[in-house]
Amino acid sequence: MITEEPERSGRARGGRGGLRDLQRFGDGGGTLNAFSHGFLAVWSLLVVLPIVWIVLGSFKTDNEIGASAWSTPTEWNLGSFVRAWTKAGIGGYLLNTAIVLVGSVFLTMLLGSMAAYVLARYEFRGNRFLYFFFVAGAMFPIYLALVPLFFMVRNLGMLNTYQGLILVYAAYSLPFTVFFLHAFFRTLPTTVHEAAMIDGCSHTRAFFQVMMPMARPGLISVGIFNVLGQWNQYILPVVLMERQNGFQPDRSMLAQGLANLLLQQGYSGDYPALFAGMTIAMLPVLAVYLSFQRQVQSGLTATAIK
Amino acid sequence: MRYRKYPFIVGFLILPVGLYVALVIWPYLQTFGYSLTDWNGESQAMHFVGLRNYGQLFDDPVFRTALWHNVLLLVFLPLVTILLALFFAFMLNVGGRGGTSGVTGVRGSSFYRVVFFFPQVLSVGILAVLFDSVYRPDGSGLVNGVLVKLGLEDPNHPFLWLSSPSASLWCILSVLVWSNVGFYLVLFSAAMQSIPRDIYEAALLDGAGRAGTFFRITLPLLWDSVQTAWVYLAILAMDAFALVSTLTPGTGFGGGPDHHSEVLSTYFMRNFQFFGKSGYACAMGVVLLLVTLVISIAMLRVTRRERIEY
Repeated sequence: MITEEPERSGRARGGRGGLRDLQRFGDGGGTLNAFSHGFLAVWSLLVVLPIVWIVLGSFKTDNEIGASAWSTPTEWNLGSFVRAWTKAGIGGYLLNTAIVLVGSVFLTMLLGSMAAYVLARYEFRGNRFLYFFFVAGAMFPIYLALVPLFFMVRNLGMLNTYQGLILVYAAYSLPFTVFFLHAFFRTLPTTVHEAAMIDGCSHTRAFFQVMMPMARPGLISVGIFNVLGQWNQYILPVVLMERQNGFQPDRSMLAQGLANLLLQQGYSGDYPALFAGMTIAMLPVLAVYLSFQRQVQSGLTATAIK
Repeated sequence: MRYRKYPFIVGFLILPVGLYVALVIWPYLQTFGYSLTDWNGESQAMHFVGLRNYGQLFDDPVFRTALWHNVLLLVFLPLVTILLALFFAFMLNVGGRGGTSGVTGVRGSSFYRVVFFFPQVLSVGILAVLFDSVYRPDGSGLVNGVLVKLGLEDPNHPFLWLSSPSASLWCILSVLVWSNVGFYLVLFSAAMQSIPRDIYEAALLDGAGRAGTFFRITLPLLWDSVQTAWVYLAILAMDAFALVSTLTPGTGFGGGPDHHSEVLSTYFMRNFQFFGKSGYACAMGVVLLLVTLVISIAMLRVTRRERIEY
């Protein structure tokens, strides 16, 4: 009973006229809602339809795909998925992407948090300069560096290697990671850290055993941002992971491998396998996104607003 | 605290700073140097040519076309995306006002929020392949399939979306909008949710309608986020490489038909990897940087308003 009180008094303050206004507004909202729901429903359809259409397409035969956009699969066989995985090499592309992403996100987070931590919590000469030096890197388009970067990676003999792409991904993710984590480490309380130091903890141990666990929420946000950012990367693999000769293994990233399949379609023309490959590429991310959508959304908006 | 502090600081900074300087800062700086040479990339031989590359760029009709297309994207991508995202975010957060329950989103808003965000997690490379099938030039493409079904198009003469000189750039623009609206919707939603409810309720009691609340309350309080969104989208509009290079026809990273969808990034890559004109490509990279900087700074200045505290 008591809990309802504030709301009732709040409404009473509006007086009868206010209440009627609210009511009228609500009624107007009814028609407007149908209108706005219309827009929202249309956009949902626009988002979902192409994705569903591709998934359906992976079950069709080549003739069914070529005949009409509205044809339905006659039988639900998984043959195109097998072809996509084995012949078109989607399995390999998926593995390449996984290897690079695991390595680069780990390296980004480790190096990024180390630098951000030192810059945020230790006073030394040149601290401000180093911080701005890091943050400035986020402002330049990648095309500014691309030509020298290619020749540098080539001179290191790291074209079309996992470690080459991992290092480059990590380096280009550092500005944003440092920028965000710098702000985050500043907000953490100093007392726990000091207590650990008095107990004889070394600086390094204090970082790994005290500060890193405390910074978990920030690390997760930036981690999500980096996973999505590096998963979205296209130009860097196209330049750095292109096979230099026919003897090299194909280490294309997933999106790059799919795009190559598409450009070669003229020769092989196996559209169901291409659609199946896309389904394989899309479904894992969609599944992960659906299970963690709240964290993904809040993580990304937090990083964008900061 | 001071015990062994400096060795620790140096130890922690040496790897990140080393990697960053070697792979980010040094290439950035090198580009400026290379842009003043006639380097072809392969040989060691390069000659200092001063600003000749830059002069050539502005006489190059393809470069001017590409720059113009980027400018078009720069205007329309943020405009369309932000308008749609603002409209949807407003609907989802304060658009539904059932009866006297106060200010809420329309029903099912959490469902819409999840669905609209979908495209953001698909990698841009996957988007490219996806929309290649959607825009397929015969009746089997999704867009043409729908138009034929609705009787708006002759099945024997379907519209060639991506190879049409007048449409290809706009096809790219719509894919960019399609994939980004969801993210900015969520961004604006987060900002809208931090606006205190009583402001809306007060406006309601004063008899403000939806449009009134949006323009007098929501938009001014959201201005910071809109500004951020604008700069991000402008940076995105200067790129568009993945979509143009895979979706549009043309040898060497797309841009066709006949340069009608050419953007700076594809022309850059063609000069760098097909024509072997590395010095020229570097000059293009520098121009791209200048344009991005000028646009960002101009946007931030033009849209600057007094910050509203609440």
